[in-house]
Order: sequence, then structure tokens, then C-alpha cells
Amino acid sequence: MTTPIEHIDIAQTLQSMAEDIRISLGGKQPLLIGIHSGGVWVAKALAEILGADFFDSTLGTLNIAYYRDDFTRIGMHPQVTPSDLPFAVDDRQLLLVDDVLHSGRTVRAALNEIFDYGRPAAVTLAVLIERDGRELPIQPDIVGQTIELTQNQQIKLINNPGLELELKDHEGPA
Amino acid sequence: MTHHQLTENGQLKHFLTIEGLKRDLLTEIMDRAEQFSSISGRQVKKVPLLRGKTIMNLFFENSTRTRTTFELAAKRLSADVMNLNINTSATSKGESLLDTLHNLQAMHTDMFVVRHSQSGAAEFIAQHVAPHVSVINAGDGCHAHPTQAMLDMFTIRRHKQHFPDLRVAIVGDILHSRVARSQIQALSTLGVGEIRVIGPKTLLPADSQTLGVHVYHDMAAGLQDVDVIITLRLQFERMQGALLPSANEYFTSYGLTEDKLKLAKPDAIVMHPGPINRGVEIASTVADGPQSVILEQVTHGIAVRMAVMSMALGSHSEQQETSA
Repeated sequence: MTTPIEHIDIAQTLQSMAEDIRISLGGKQPLLIGIHSGGVWVAKALAEILGADFFDSTLGTLNIAYYRDDFTRIGMHPQVTPSDLPFAVDDRQLLLVDDVLHSGRTVRAALNEIFDYGRPAAVTLAVLIERDGRELPIQPDIVGQTIELTQNQQIKLINNPGLELELKDHEGPA
Repeated sequence: MTHHQLTENGQLKHFLTIEGLKRDLLTEIMDRAEQFSSISGRQVKKVPLLRGKTIMNLFFENSTRTRTTFELAAKRLSADVMNLNINTSATSKGESLLDTLHNLQAMHTDMFVVRHSQSGAAEFIAQHVAPHVSVINAGDGCHAHPTQAMLDMFTIRRHKQHFPDLRVAIVGDILHSRVARSQIQALSTLGVGEIRVIGPKTLLPADSQTLGVHVYHDMAAGLQDVDVIITLRLQFERMQGALLPSANEYFTSYGLTEDKLKLAKPDAIVMHPGPINRGVEIASTVADGPQSVILEQVTHGIAVRMAVMSMALGSHSEQQETSA
């Protein structure tokens, strides 16, 4: 099932994701982690809907810049906000949130980084947009919308300051 | 000094000297160091950024702090690091510096961290390495020690934030100090309000005035209302001839004691690049006192060296635009 991007209602999508999270993680005192920067926005929005008591701590943020697999190809990221996990992850149920799941490389890097902080009991992955083009065996547990795009298309979450989706075509191979 | 330590698009390729670098680049080093410093507080104190890179610490001159923090910085970035103490190694068997270098390069080294007693040694090595290799100067003779200067700037920024408002005094053996030279360049590039050097005439370079600093021979006058006091080690090993009557007499005139410290601003910080000679350039009560940030400097050395190493190795990347 795929929805045209112009028909995606982000507020409604977040509501239905929050419901899915409540069903699968309710009572497990999960810890919430957003991936910079779009994942942090989505995580914040979900925390607002689910309420202060649902998660066991304030939001953790991950910046996977030091865990990327393309340092040799593209060098340092221009700006890096450091990761900040204000809790111990050992033996805890984590909810990892990103805006768009595409190749799966970002989530791979995020999982590696999380395990440098400790050994969680379980990690659940929630994404606002799941698109095609996976390059790694990584699948989301909770999905807002599933869309199909061509190889040259790129979808991005922007905060303007409300959350909006932006679709871009770029030349050449993805 | 040419700008060959930068790539064509202005990124750091080698880090040989502060001279000629722009304020933006120095600020970027400090910003990245700030980002790296949080890694030391984690369960696994490393990130995989430089995994698979080989870094050689070439120390032609003794060092504990600098070599150790360079080694830790490389390890926290997941690079493979080798420490070579060249004094006790090949060159003592008659091999030339270039031959040593070419042999180490043949082992597919990505970066050399160089300390040498000759001024210009790191730059010489940078001129002779293959294009994909970076060179970091960890101190060359009386010339430069740029990572030390940057960790000092980082330490100052942690405590004082706004450089143009500051009055900074560097006390002691400026003449033999590569640290002081690099610090003065960094402080003036960062726009520090006033830089003072304090010391006996025999230990100040003849061209002090031209460095853009205010020269004092009297501690009481020089320390008046300063925000930062940087004390320097007396470098007996580099002194030729009778530059000083005695260490005791030096301490009486230029040693930083609690009484002299009171002349500075009440919230002034006291720094020293180490190793300290207690009772020569600084009193123990000051070195261990509440205004001392000497051990913080050591801690910050790791993050600053992580920043410089990753920036230099990142500048060799195949392309500069970010991928989707």
C-alpha cells in the first residue's frame, strides 16, 4: 500500500503511530531515542501525543556522524550535535525513531552507537516514512506511511517550524 | 609560511603551525573538540570514525603527556596507532630521516604525528610524504606546538567564552617556547583583547614587540587585572649559556605564587602546558589551587587531538558533497 506524498497528513500519521506504540510497548517503560535531526522531531511529536508518563526518561538523541560508513568517501560532516543519551540503556526496552527509512545505513550506524552505550533488552524501530531502496536487512516495526519513489527521488522531513515533507529530484545515480 | 597545510578548498590536510590559519578554522577545531569530548564519558570510549587508518607517532624527542594523549585520541577514533621512539631506533643505526620515513610510509601509514628537537622537522616531513598522508606537528624545536596551543584555547573558551574581552599573560621562558609562539598566534587570530608576555630580558625573544604583544619584565605590573595566566616551563635543556642566575632567583622574580596571583582578576585561571617545575615557575599551592586548570588542559588535549586528526584525515575524502 502506498500513499501519494501530497495526501500524507503528518499529524494524523503521528497519531496512528502513537497508537501502535501504545499497543506494542505500553507498560514496558520504554526509553525514547531520536536520530538527528528528523528523527528527533518525530520522537518529540510522538512523546507529546503519548504523554509524559509513557516513556521512562526524557528524550535521548543520537548523532550517527561518527558511525557512518562513508567517511573515506565524503569526510567529516560539517556540523555535528553530539549524541546525548540521558539514561543507561542496559536491559531496557528502547524505541528508536527516525524520519525516513531508505537504505537502512543510518539505522545500522545508530544500532552500533547504541551498543557502545550498553546492551539494551530490545530495540523497536519506528519511522514516519518507509520508502523502498533498502541496502541492508533492516525493517521497521512501526511505520507511519509507506511510499515508493524512483531512484532519483529523495524525500526529506523539514521543520518549518511545523513538520512538512519535501520531495526532491536529483540528477544522476542515487 | 605558505598555506600548504590546507587543501585547495581550505580544509586542514596537515597541522604544522597556527601561523596563517584563519579564525574560522581554529573555531572549527574547538567546536569539533567540544563534540568529541562527550565520548570520554561513555561506557565504550570510542567511535569508529577512523577505523582502518594507521597512525604513527614519530617521537624524536621525549614526551609523555603529548604522546599519550595523541595515542589515546587515535584509539578513541578507532585508528591503529604505533609509537616509535626514534632516538632508540633506526636513526641511531645511521639511517637517514628520509629513509626512515619512506620505510614507514611503505607500511601504508595514513598519518604521522611528529615531535622533533629541530625547528621545521614536521614541515620537512610533510613535504616528503605521499599525497594521501597527513602530518601533525607535535612540537618542533623552538618553532611550534599547534595542538598544545589549540587545547589551551579550548580550555580558555570553556572558562571564559568571549576572546576579545580577555587579557592573557604568558609568563616565563618565551624565547625557547614553541608553545608560547603557537599560543600567541592562536590568541591573536582569535582576537584576544590584550596579550602580555612577562619574563626576564634574557628569556624574551628580541622581536617580542613585533609579535603584537605587550612586554613586561615585572610580574606585579604584568599580572594586573589579567583573566588568564599561562605559566611556562623553564626549558633548561634548550638553554645555552648563562641566561639565568639560578632557579631559586627565578622563582623569587617570576614564579607564580599565591600573592602574585592576587594581582590578577579574582576569577583568573592559571594554566601550564606541563611538565611543571614546582617551586621554579609556579608554587605548588597555585598549581594545585582552585584557580588552576592544569589537569583540565591534559583532559582537553585528547578531544582537541581527536578533532585535528579526524579533520586532517577527512580532508582526503574522495568527494566533498554530502550523499543522500
